[in-house]
Amino acid sequence: MVVDIKQVVTKFYDDYNASTSKKLKVVDTYLGFILLTGIIQFVYCCIVGTFPFNSFLSGFISTVSCFVLGVCLRLQSNPENKSIFQGISPERGFADFIFAHVILHLVVFNFIG
Amino acid sequence: MNRPTKLLNRKTAGYSSLITFAVLLLAWLSGFSSRLFAVIRFESIIHEFDPWFNYRATAYMVQNGFYNFLNWFDERAWYPLGRIVGGTVYPGLMITSGGIHWILHALNIPVHIRDICVFLAPVFSGLTSISTYLLTKELWSPGAGLFAASFIAIVPGYISRSVAGSYDNEGIAIFALQFTYYLWVKSVKTGSVFWSAMAAVFYFYMVSAWGGYVFIINLIPLHVFVLLCMGRYSPRLLTSYSTFYILGLLFSMQIPFVGFQPIRTSEHMAAMGVFALLMAVAFLKHLQTVLSKTEFKKLFIAGALIAAGIVFLMVVLATVLGVVAPWSGRFYSLWDTGYAKIHIPIIASVSEHQPTTWFSFFFDLHILVCAFPVGLWYCIKKINDERVFVVLYAISAVYFAGVMVRLMLTLTPVVCMLAGIAFSCLLEVYLKEDNTVSIPKADETDEPAVEKKNLYDKAGKMKRPRHDNSHEANGLGSNLKSVVIIAILLMLMMFAVHCTWVTSNAYSSPSIVLAFHNSHDNSRNILDDFREAYYWLSQNTADDARVMSWWDYGYQIAGMANRTTLVDNNTWNNSHIALVGKAMSSTEEKSYEIMTSLDVDYVLVIFGGVIGYSGDDINKFLWMVRIAEGEHPKDIRESDYFTDRGEFRIDAEGAPALLNCLMYKLSYYRFGELKLDYRGPSGYDRTRNAVIGNKNFDLTYLEEAYTSEHWLVRIYRVKKPHEFNRPALKKQERTISSPSFVSRKTIKRKKGYIKNRPVVVKGKRANKK
Repeated sequence: MVVDIKQVVTKFYDDYNASTSKKLKVVDTYLGFILLTGIIQFVYCCIVGTFPFNSFLSGFISTVSCFVLGVCLRLQSNPENKSIFQGISPERGFADFIFAHVILHLVVFNFIG
Repeated sequence: MNRPTKLLNRKTAGYSSLITFAVLLLAWLSGFSSRLFAVIRFESIIHEFDPWFNYRATAYMVQNGFYNFLNWFDERAWYPLGRIVGGTVYPGLMITSGGIHWILHALNIPVHIRDICVFLAPVFSGLTSISTYLLTKELWSPGAGLFAASFIAIVPGYISRSVAGSYDNEGIAIFALQFTYYLWVKSVKTGSVFWSAMAAVFYFYMVSAWGGYVFIINLIPLHVFVLLCMGRYSPRLLTSYSTFYILGLLFSMQIPFVGFQPIRTSEHMAAMGVFALLMAVAFLKHLQTVLSKTEFKKLFIAGALIAAGIVFLMVVLATVLGVVAPWSGRFYSLWDTGYAKIHIPIIASVSEHQPTTWFSFFFDLHILVCAFPVGLWYCIKKINDERVFVVLYAISAVYFAGVMVRLMLTLTPVVCMLAGIAFSCLLEVYLKEDNTVSIPKADETDEPAVEKKNLYDKAGKMKRPRHDNSHEANGLGSNLKSVVIIAILLMLMMFAVHCTWVTSNAYSSPSIVLAFHNSHDNSRNILDDFREAYYWLSQNTADDARVMSWWDYGYQIAGMANRTTLVDNNTWNNSHIALVGKAMSSTEEKSYEIMTSLDVDYVLVIFGGVIGYSGDDINKFLWMVRIAEGEHPKDIRESDYFTDRGEFRIDAEGAPALLNCLMYKLSYYRFGELKLDYRGPSGYDRTRNAVIGNKNFDLTYLEEAYTSEHWLVRIYRVKKPHEFNRPALKKQERTISSPSFVSRKTIKRKKGYIKNRPVVVKGKRANKK
């Protein structure tokens, strides 16, 4: 059983290394980093508490939305999904990503208090 | 062959954009001008109740700046509590009109803020019709969009909330609603982050404008959920919904009045649940593409169901544990229509919260209400991702409109869109010309292929459709076609006539200025009693005088008379309103205690018995009793105010509790002496068609201060305790006047003398030695 899972994981890892382009790997690293940030914040709020609730919320929502936007960027720039996202080139996807981030963080700054 | 077609294409493209532009412009103009009845008949004035508060708040914001407005504590409302205005309003309306005011003044156009407030809703109706056009175009075709835009410009269901002067949240909120939906549909179609971020921005505008944003934040997740259930998941859905939700969540919390509600109340939980579900589904799908196992389908469905179950359980658990606030009363009353009547009389007392009658569906929507199921059917027949949305929109809006008259407003746009689709499809069938290569087909119900460019527009100007690329012709005779077309045109014409008629007769009354037709000389009379009385208040009372009235008139008193009120249309504090209701429905003596405890200086009642105005306080009186009973069940009982046979009557047979309560006395004080007719009896109430039962009475604790010309508004002053505890003396009786009063301080001027004046005899002290 364990061997089975190990086999699957190694196969998955090899596949990933072989088939994913460098750009997507960068995005994946970014996503991993954001996930880590989110986990740290969550642990922090569990231990210390959520006292300035708006600050906690803005921090946490900002990480969640960074993650979400990163996922969107990854989906849109993945060449496999080209047929699904017609008319959205990776460049356009990146521009959208920047736009969403600008309005997101303007609001986050406002909310963080 | 190729070139001429191209040329033709370019030519028709030019024509079609010209027609689109012209129709939208005309729709805007006609929508704007049909909302002006009230301004033309009366004047440029703010209507009704809530708009007065919005106007007052806007004027405050323009005068004192935005930050002072956000921190505004209004001590003139809800005396002695006050109201934190900045934290308890949806500021979008004020910011919009304040922004327009600021821009116009920056351009050196001196417009008074009142005029901007009056004309804001008509201007925004044009924007609404443009966004409806865009939405319908995304859903169906540009032709249907033009139909929908022209429908929504003049449909009474929307005009009822957006005539000039009706300066209320709904006026701009419907535009925000439609535009948010347009952006949402656009983002579902393309999967673009940009469009969904824009949808979130307009959702933010909607949140700032109207409490109805809850409709959006439940409808869009519902759309996503149904798409998931139908197996229509695509990465586009993931990008659009997740971006929209997370940005919208953050944005909506920026409005002080909304605060942390989006993560704490049940109304918003569905959106969060769907977000989690969508994430789970996306994750599973991703695994599926990576692992590509045959049995994945089963695993996927099981996983999705489990995820949904967990989310649902968590929401229920959180609600039970009290982390998430349960549904508020107003939303409960949407599910259980009897709920408000039993538990929250204050919600049930508002007439626009009543269930809708069948009649008003037709009254407000006319032919559209018949045509919109057809459009719905077309949408279901040719279903795709975004048509699922409009179907859900239609179904939920129909339900809500059936529950509450007020929510007719959310039904109206979708009815216009679907009716637009229906009419567009009908004309598409019948306007097609026969002279193409015709292979007559037997089944004519088969829809012709959707043309790329539809050139039809509204009834007035029919444009011949381009027919060179239609391969299908239906075998209908030209006579039949023209008959059908003429019938459709007639119906549309009747619709336009009906809309104008309804607008002019039903929805264009400012309700603070009344008009009636004099049947003798066919002249139109204006009753301006409200403003007369409010002006009297503002001129003749102390600046800090407290005026007690039923809550309907709170905003008007604050806005027009600028006096402190006890309760107003905000109705956030039920017990305070119940206290006022108790004061109105107790006897004079008992209510005097309440009034002194609340520092009341004046009492204002609306009395329509003289002119037959049916919306007066006596007719609203039972609601006062009910609301008072809810808080003070020992002192006030509704059954006391009915006769033995359960009737509510004001004549001699009426219940004694009614005939002696404060509201009755204040309404009918001195009315028993008044003879309206030569032949009729004195004290005849025209509204209720009865002679009043308690005619000759005096007021002990109050005195009449002012009664307007038609007795519509009556104002009483509450006496201070020293004024009635001893017998009242008139001023002349109090001082004894002596016409020839002369000071006796100087001896020289002494004129008179006193008879039998005792003379002091100086004696000598007895010497006792």
